[in-house]
Amino acid sequence: MNIHEYQAKALLKGYGAPVAEGVAILKAEEAEAAAKSLPGPLYVVKSQIHAGGRGKGKFKELGPDAKGGVRLAFSIEEAKAHAKEMLGNTLVTAQTGEAGKQVNRLYIEDGADIARELYCSLLVDRSVGRVAFVVSTEGGMDIEAVAHDTPEKIQTIAIDPEAGVTAADIAAISKALELDGAAAEDAKSLFPLLYKAFNEKDMALLEINPLIVMKNGHLRVLDAKMSFDGNALFRHDDVKALRDETEEDAKEIEASKWDLAYVALDGNIGCMVNGAGLAMATMDIIKLYGKEPANFCDVGGGAGKEKVAAAFKIITADPKVEGILVNIFGGIMRCDVIAEGVVAAVQEVGLKVPLVVRLEGTNVELGKKILNESGLAITAADDLDDAAKKIVAAIEA
Amino acid sequence: MSILVNKDTKVIVQGLTGKTGTFHTEQALAYYGTKMVGGVHPKKGGESWSSGVDGTSLPIFTSVAEARERTGADATVIYVPPAGAADAIIEAIEAEVPFITCITEGIPVMDMVRVKARLDRSKSRLLGPNCPGILTPEECKIGIMPGSIFRKGSVGIVSRSGTLTYEAVFQTSNEGLGQTTAVGIGGDPVKGTEFIDVLEMFLADDATTSIIMIGEIGGSAEEDAAQFLKDEAKKGRSKPMAGFIAGRTAPKGRTMGHAGAVVSGGKGDAESKIAAMESAGIKVSPSPARLGKTLVEVLKG
Repeated sequence: MNIHEYQAKALLKGYGAPVAEGVAILKAEEAEAAAKSLPGPLYVVKSQIHAGGRGKGKFKELGPDAKGGVRLAFSIEEAKAHAKEMLGNTLVTAQTGEAGKQVNRLYIEDGADIARELYCSLLVDRSVGRVAFVVSTEGGMDIEAVAHDTPEKIQTIAIDPEAGVTAADIAAISKALELDGAAAEDAKSLFPLLYKAFNEKDMALLEINPLIVMKNGHLRVLDAKMSFDGNALFRHDDVKALRDETEEDAKEIEASKWDLAYVALDGNIGCMVNGAGLAMATMDIIKLYGKEPANFCDVGGGAGKEKVAAAFKIITADPKVEGILVNIFGGIMRCDVIAEGVVAAVQEVGLKVPLVVRLEGTNVELGKKILNESGLAITAADDLDDAAKKIVAAIEA
Repeated sequence: MSILVNKDTKVIVQGLTGKTGTFHTEQALAYYGTKMVGGVHPKKGGESWSSGVDGTSLPIFTSVAEARERTGADATVIYVPPAGAADAIIEAIEAEVPFITCITEGIPVMDMVRVKARLDRSKSRLLGPNCPGILTPEECKIGIMPGSIFRKGSVGIVSRSGTLTYEAVFQTSNEGLGQTTAVGIGGDPVKGTEFIDVLEMFLADDATTSIIMIGEIGGSAEEDAAQFLKDEAKKGRSKPMAGFIAGRTAPKGRTMGHAGAVVSGGKGDAESKIAAMESAGIKVSPSPARLGKTLVEVLKG
């Protein structure tokens, strides 16, 4: 689960991190009061969407010469003008795709005098099974480009979970970032508190890009991107409250209510599969036969009939879907439960597109019997290859 | 022969009394009499559990340590729900159970970071979490793999994905090859046993004459395994291998069900994994439906 920059900064401020003063607004009329409450005279007006690359992004409605999604304002009047121009329009960045994202929230922040821009992120380094700081002196730009072009400028410092962030870790991070003076002093509190926040809130990623050294020598968190481990949200009601559903795909929100692993894609063959690996492999084989999957959908191991029916309804509700492939290899999941769920869903919402079902594994005979006796127009497939061929042939017919 | 588990492996169950634990323990007992020897429940110690299938009764103990002492178990399987699963693994580590399998899906990553630190200074081996378990045909079934698709034979199977493990088993059974042992290492980013651990055991097992390895996008475990296989081949240790990588068509930056399956920053994508595996001599099948056939082609040379 992702949250907005202003929410991430408020969370970090609660842990004592140095962040600028700022105010989030939903309406252009709120811009003046927001700016007036800040010290000035420099303001930054930032689009709040769940995607990176906002500064270089372009508003669809404003033409190629208009300024991007993060703008400097040298007066309250200018901040107001920016807010009016940005709110409600669609920002297209390298990460949003061509459709872009509508900007419904802005964050007006006090400007900073920047001396150096650094990069700092925390994530779980799976190769060692520990939380690691990934740092670079090359902040403020696309870190993936830095990783590609100058990998030696990125350093990773993994933290022993039983010791926490030690003085040696802080020294290593500070050295990698070439910090000295006041910044090096700030580092002694900043890095341990970032680690503490990451742990306590079960984050999946905390990315500060840039972390800046200001002209007065101190550190400041200038941007913050935060995402959380979905498996740990059960113990963080405060984090769950920060969710902005307008940023998410409606189908994915519905799927998450049923605890389904669902990702909307651009193709036209809907998929319902058990197991993440098999679900990805099913997408791969559809592509191998020249078509594109409309979604990734893993109904998981312990799904009941209702959950299967819910998944089926989400898939059929997608107008792009021209055919559906159900691929089940039952282990923990029983084929008869899948069959019952599919039949129940079809009886409720109808079936307007071809449906190919491949069942194998636990209780396969019972599952096939339920489908056969349902009287529904379901094409049975013998194996994964057969299933992929049949659904591709069906939508081409 | 086989790896990790065989007909003598004695298994206790953490989370036996729940619906999932009960169902799969019944299945395990029914699979060539896998030696399930007891269960653990902090409040139900002294009671017993009965199979709804054949009435087999198993004793329930208050703790893993007690269960191990009383039954001589050398393995445990964990079906505890996500919120308590990490503590269940740590309890098994502290009771010095040699082989721990955790089936539970959805354990918070930070909990596994804590488990991993504890595991690293223990004598226990952890398989999983978020895995289907392990099965040696006609001898021992730990976890949730469907026993009916297995056939005793010569292929060692190791996979990050549960259901793709079944595909590999099913297809190698259909080709008449059968399996020595199938191991599902699980789809989580922080886990116990990795590809390299299992490959080492398959290389050392005389009965295993070929190997199927199934990976997926995210992380660098497949690349690490490929490097390991190259290094071993230089020492003269190698076996014919086929493989598959799931997630070629997955969009960048999105988590595909498995918490571990996310491609970020140009790392962990399918193409680089396939290239690494091919360079280590593994024949990577473009289709998940041709794992068995691909291995047969490799074996025919």
